[in-house]
Amino acid sequence: MQITITVNGAEVTRDVEPRLLLVHFIRDHLGLTGTHWGCDTSQCGTCVLWLDGQPVKSCTVLAAMADGHEVRTVEDLEVDGRLDPVQQGFMEEHGLQCGFCTPGMMMTTRWLLDHDPDPDEATIREAISGQLCRCTGYENIVRAVRWAAEHPAVDQPEQEVEA
Amino acid sequence: MTSTEHAPPTTSPAGNPIGFGRMLRKEDARFLRGQGHYLDDLVLPGMLHAAILRSPVAHARITSIDTTEAEAHPKVKAVITGATLESLNLAWMPTLSADVQAVLATDKVRFQGQEVAMVIAEDKYSARDALELIDVDYDVLPAVVDAHKALDPDAPVIRDDVEGRTDNHIFDWESGDAARTDEVFDKADVVVEQKMLYPRVHPAPMETCGSIASMDRVTGKLTVWSTTQAPHAHRTVYALVAGIPEHNIQIISPDIGGGFGNKVGIYPGYVLAVVGSIVTGKPVKWVEDRSENLMSTSFARDYHMHGGIAATRDGKILGLRVDVLADHGAFNGTAQPTKFPAGFFHIFTGSYDLEAAHCKVTGVYTNKAPGGVAYACSFRITEAVYLVERMVDVLADELGIDPAELRMKNLLRPEQFPYTSMTGWEYDSGDYPRALQLALEMAGYDELRREQREKRERGELMGIGVSFFTEGVGAGPRKHMDILGLGMADGCELRVHPTGKAQLRLSVQTQGQGHETTFAQIVSQELGLPPEDIDVIHGDTDNTPFGLGTYGSRSTPVSGAAAAVVAQRIRDKARVITAAALECSPDDLEWEQGRWFVKGDRTQGKTIQEVAMLSHGTLELPEGVEGHLDASVVYDPPNLTYPFGAYICVVDVDPGTGQVDVRRFVAVDDCGPRVNPMIVEGQVHGGLADGVGMALMQLIAFDEEGNCLGSSFMDYLLPTALECPKWETGETVTPSPHHPLGLKGIGESATVGSPAAVVNAVIDALEPFGVRHADMPLTPANVWMAMQGRPMRTDLAVR
Repeated sequence: MQITITVNGAEVTRDVEPRLLLVHFIRDHLGLTGTHWGCDTSQCGTCVLWLDGQPVKSCTVLAAMADGHEVRTVEDLEVDGRLDPVQQGFMEEHGLQCGFCTPGMMMTTRWLLDHDPDPDEATIREAISGQLCRCTGYENIVRAVRWAAEHPAVDQPEQEVEA
Repeated sequence: MTSTEHAPPTTSPAGNPIGFGRMLRKEDARFLRGQGHYLDDLVLPGMLHAAILRSPVAHARITSIDTTEAEAHPKVKAVITGATLESLNLAWMPTLSADVQAVLATDKVRFQGQEVAMVIAEDKYSARDALELIDVDYDVLPAVVDAHKALDPDAPVIRDDVEGRTDNHIFDWESGDAARTDEVFDKADVVVEQKMLYPRVHPAPMETCGSIASMDRVTGKLTVWSTTQAPHAHRTVYALVAGIPEHNIQIISPDIGGGFGNKVGIYPGYVLAVVGSIVTGKPVKWVEDRSENLMSTSFARDYHMHGGIAATRDGKILGLRVDVLADHGAFNGTAQPTKFPAGFFHIFTGSYDLEAAHCKVTGVYTNKAPGGVAYACSFRITEAVYLVERMVDVLADELGIDPAELRMKNLLRPEQFPYTSMTGWEYDSGDYPRALQLALEMAGYDELRREQREKRERGELMGIGVSFFTEGVGAGPRKHMDILGLGMADGCELRVHPTGKAQLRLSVQTQGQGHETTFAQIVSQELGLPPEDIDVIHGDTDNTPFGLGTYGSRSTPVSGAAAAVVAQRIRDKARVITAAALECSPDDLEWEQGRWFVKGDRTQGKTIQEVAMLSHGTLELPEGVEGHLDASVVYDPPNLTYPFGAYICVVDVDPGTGQVDVRRFVAVDDCGPRVNPMIVEGQVHGGLADGVGMALMQLIAFDEEGNCLGSSFMDYLLPTALECPKWETGETVTPSPHHPLGLKGIGESATVGSPAAVVNAVIDALEPFGVRHADMPLTPANVWMAMQGRPMRTDLAVR
């Protein structure tokens, strides 16, 4: 079947199997591999992206269900070479180690801060509680979200660390 | 303040510390943008996709496999069975413990989830479809699920593939002095015994295991991209298993989405991807799903322990002994140095000064997945620390002494180091009372006990758990330690280019530990180069020196030492070149960060960057000195390093439901100097979450037919942000005397030390119920049963 999805602001049309999962469409058909896959049961949240402005677990959405809708992925967070404050916060507070859960965590965080610009710790923990991280013990993710909350319109200095 | 023009800079042009200090991670730049390159992100031209058919039962004879329909699937390129592999002599592969494991089952299946056949197809959905078309007939056999029944005379023999094998016994191993320990127990005022299980758990990194194999039929070169923590060891094993010349094998470990020991061994899927590429002539990708990960790849622990502790009435610990029944699953695939079938479990005397100790470990086969040493355990020091720290609490309960006080009374004293333990470990350095004292102060221990007394009067259940741990990490000295005959030394190469920018090549492989940053900082510390000018190269066997990889917290103690030594060699060479350039003797030169200068005249000197250009230029060098500024080393650690720490956990237990809430967790760690305190703290945080998870929820259990009851994240519960408290961390610093920079390793400390603190806290909370012990995981149901006086056996679900 043919589907058309607006992904990170650009319309894409593809022929897909009706059973194709959105996470596989994004990764394998569009090559946007920042969105990850980590379980079969919608528990881990490494596949979180935005569907019509809402964070969803894209392993639990068929690509066909996104036909005519808008998807936003981690690749869209950086704008004109400037990191989103959420990305900067994860770096500043060491909110990532292996980096595998990070895109999903950041997509949830961006949504949270868009709706609650000054969340307390309990709110942050609740917001990311549908996602698993095996490296950080969550503490530095909480700090990263707070960093981003405290630097909302940050005048980004140039990157401190070279790639 | 006036600064002299030659004062060495403390920060680099990019704002990073020169040498040790908090520095943001270099690797973050790609991960934050979704630009990491994990295994499943890689796509090769013409690549095919593999899927594995697995056994639905735990123990059965395979009577027939029919692949006809699967082969007829229009998108299927090949179907491989055990029979195919037998014809290639590849049906069995060696494990890391001198056993063999079936790549694909030929005669029998021996655990649920075992590999039976592989389909290679044009896409991953078709490969999975075709699995459904394979028809396997199983003649189901009784399964050995309960480790305690594995040695019963009438137990089914699991490994009848081994000629002459008549039982499920793998090994007996012991350490310490049994007779002396008996004497000490006989004369002791108090002897307490306690049985306890460290249940089977799984590391469950967020990224599952996978590989892409590409065999070039023209050149004969095999390239394998693989989720491996030990690329060089894998190369050698592939060469030995598949008979491919080792120089024609390249292993590339891309970004790894967490390892924790899950990605040390070689799994059948990796070998099958290689076979698939050989058969089809195309690159073949295999990535397991989560259930495959949890059901078939390396589990951890599964130690059934019977401990005994002997002491005087006033609380001086005299002796410790333990009998262990070790459930190794269907194949003995534990990964540890060859001489130690129980890993480093015999460090079980922990942090205490006692007179005698003895441990005995018996390994058995069961119809469960193979593994045993995985999950940040420092080669089974997790089990050892859990045992001794529970036993000390059991003793405290018996004697009516506060558990913190009992520990303080028995901890090794600073003046006893270097200390040789009752089982032969030589602890390098430590100040244990200082660490425990700091933890008690940070926690406000006396105040917590006061609060607890008040709450108990009101019927509220609050618990305070203390644990102290000593680890031995950085395996290991070549003369004592090898894996499959490969000594555990690590190579390292450093090249300083003409313009003073450097490349460091490592044998170890990060899975999130931040090697690209930390190792640059180690070189920066020794050479004064800005860390951003040092590129760390790892994870590619064609482009890095040989070494055994990252696990057992060995990167910093072994490879970190190699990086320090190789940098020191460059520094020594730079001294000679500086002397040649300044026409003086090397003895006339003094080092300060980043430069050699003439003693007494700071204006006369050469920076490392200047030396780099000189070394590549036309300067006449002294006889015997080669041009360029490169060096390489192989570092053979003289001993393990011994990080330690003191942990305190505070819990509240709901008396109505048994639900445990971890309210606070204080962790004082001593890993020697900290290269990057931010990264070290992050390592501790992750391990503490592991401890909470294992103590309260993580469990791979089985029913009586051998069905795995933890085969998805719906059943295998991992801690989320809601179960984890805000970690309170502290540090003491006791350098290792034998590591060139005093570093000790930190990756696994918290995973090793924290479970006992959580369990001790919960048991402490249950004191009003007279509960002395209950096994992990302390789920609400288990806690509630313990409150009723009937703690559960957690490893089995017997209807």
